[in-house]
Amino acid sequence: MSLYFNYLFILFKSQMQYRTSFWLLTIGQFLVPLSLFAGLYFLFERFGQIKGWDFYEVALCFAVIHMAFAISECFARGFDAFSSLVHNGDFDRVLVRPRSTIVQVLGSKFEFTRFGRLLQSVLVLVWALNNLAIEWSVIKAITLCLMIISGVSIFAGLFILAATLCFWTIQGLEVVNIFTDGGREMAQYPLNIYQKWVTRFFTFVIPFGTVNYLPLMYILGKSEGNDLLYMLTPVAGIVFLLPCLLVWHIGVRHYRSTGS
Amino acid sequence: MKPYSSVLKLRLLNGMQYRSAALAGVATQFFWGFMYIMIFEAFYDQVLHNPPISLKELIVYLWLQQSFLAFIMLWFRDNELFDLITTGNIAYELCRPCGIYGYWYAKLLAQRLSSALLRCFPILIVAFFLPQPYRMTLPPSFTTFLLFLVTLMFGLFLLVAISMFIYISVFITLSPVGSLLVFGVIGEFFAGLVIPIPLMPSWLQEIAYMLPLRLTADFPFRVYSGHIPQDEALMGILLQLVWLAILVLLGRIALNKALQKVVVQGG
Repeated sequence: MSLYFNYLFILFKSQMQYRTSFWLLTIGQFLVPLSLFAGLYFLFERFGQIKGWDFYEVALCFAVIHMAFAISECFARGFDAFSSLVHNGDFDRVLVRPRSTIVQVLGSKFEFTRFGRLLQSVLVLVWALNNLAIEWSVIKAITLCLMIISGVSIFAGLFILAATLCFWTIQGLEVVNIFTDGGREMAQYPLNIYQKWVTRFFTFVIPFGTVNYLPLMYILGKSEGNDLLYMLTPVAGIVFLLPCLLVWHIGVRHYRSTGS
Repeated sequence: MKPYSSVLKLRLLNGMQYRSAALAGVATQFFWGFMYIMIFEAFYDQVLHNPPISLKELIVYLWLQQSFLAFIMLWFRDNELFDLITTGNIAYELCRPCGIYGYWYAKLLAQRLSSALLRCFPILIVAFFLPQPYRMTLPPSFTTFLLFLVTLMFGLFLLVAISMFIYISVFITLSPVGSLLVFGVIGEFFAGLVIPIPLMPSWLQEIAYMLPLRLTADFPFRVYSGHIPQDEALMGILLQLVWLAILVLLGRIALNKALQKVVVQGG
């Protein structure tokens, strides 16, 4: 763990060397989702609601997903940029060090500029929560936190899976973006607005539904039946990380150096 | 003109080599297309009294957007050019016996053209055979189709002219990051890529109509679906030409200014 913080500290210092670039990127990371959010706002201004969800409810959904994405991109950026590590044969160096590969790859990159995105989604979250009449309880607050954690682990899991693919393909695959970027865009809205098969796929295969739909219904008081079940669904997202880590270990064993 | 056209041809052939990348792109575009259609379908689910654009027209709009993404995305960039500027290799470019503006313009144009040619046909063909409501429809008449082709072409020329400003700005800032972001975010929004322009509130639409950006994407797509009538489309083409002339002129002036100040550090 202390090794990881050391990595972070060094990366932070190195990114701070290019101050203007750093701030520009941070601002940009703030603006990109802002334009998406503006789009969302204007659509709701025009249409009023989407399948019974009103603007603030969707905004909450948007905030949670973007927050989760921002945090996981911050941390798991190393996996996102992993293909270059394999491509250049630099992964060899990671393997010969007596530390876990995951910590090293995690520590290889850290995007501090994603704080811009994070800030934007926090603002949206606050705004949405202010305008929603929710009867707050400790359990609901915990559920909200769980939603974010769960989202982070799903995205992190996807990044790890995408990186693992590089062991076989050597090059990064653009198709994987469907699940990371596409998943993010898709999960901005509560999942039940989509066709049944999409909802199913993103609930049972890649459990975005357990982040933004089932627990959201509970928080907004739309759920029926056992509350505890709804509350605990985000845990499924966290569990999603386990098979991803397993696949990663299989991938590492499969690794063949490309040379340099 | 000859050196420019050969640059165009060479780059076109070069771009056509990346077929597997294009295939991956096609898959991604399908996913986005489906997703957007589903979202708008859900929005249109409720009864609307005369929506500004019908769902059918919107679906056409979305598929065209996905197929011609390379024609309309400002962030679609050539890192080679950025490297040329930041590393000082621009000196070689300056030695070439042809104008740098035209040379780069041809290069960028070819890049977008090759990328779009590889991607648009598979997407469009499949989109025409999809089950309802996802199916892409034919334009209402042949003249509309011709108008669409013309507007799409001019839109592309216009977009390349706009994107030249990104490269020119790098002469001053030396880092493409900032300008790409500003151009990217603002450009995409006012080109109708985040939400289609007819769905924007009217005050925002007015701003969008004043900028040339929507002429690159929003305008040709709505011509195709017949949402913009033919006489209006002709006016639009005129507007495109005027903007094109202005932007190319400004771009040339700006580039010359930037080149006068350029300092090449040896190395």
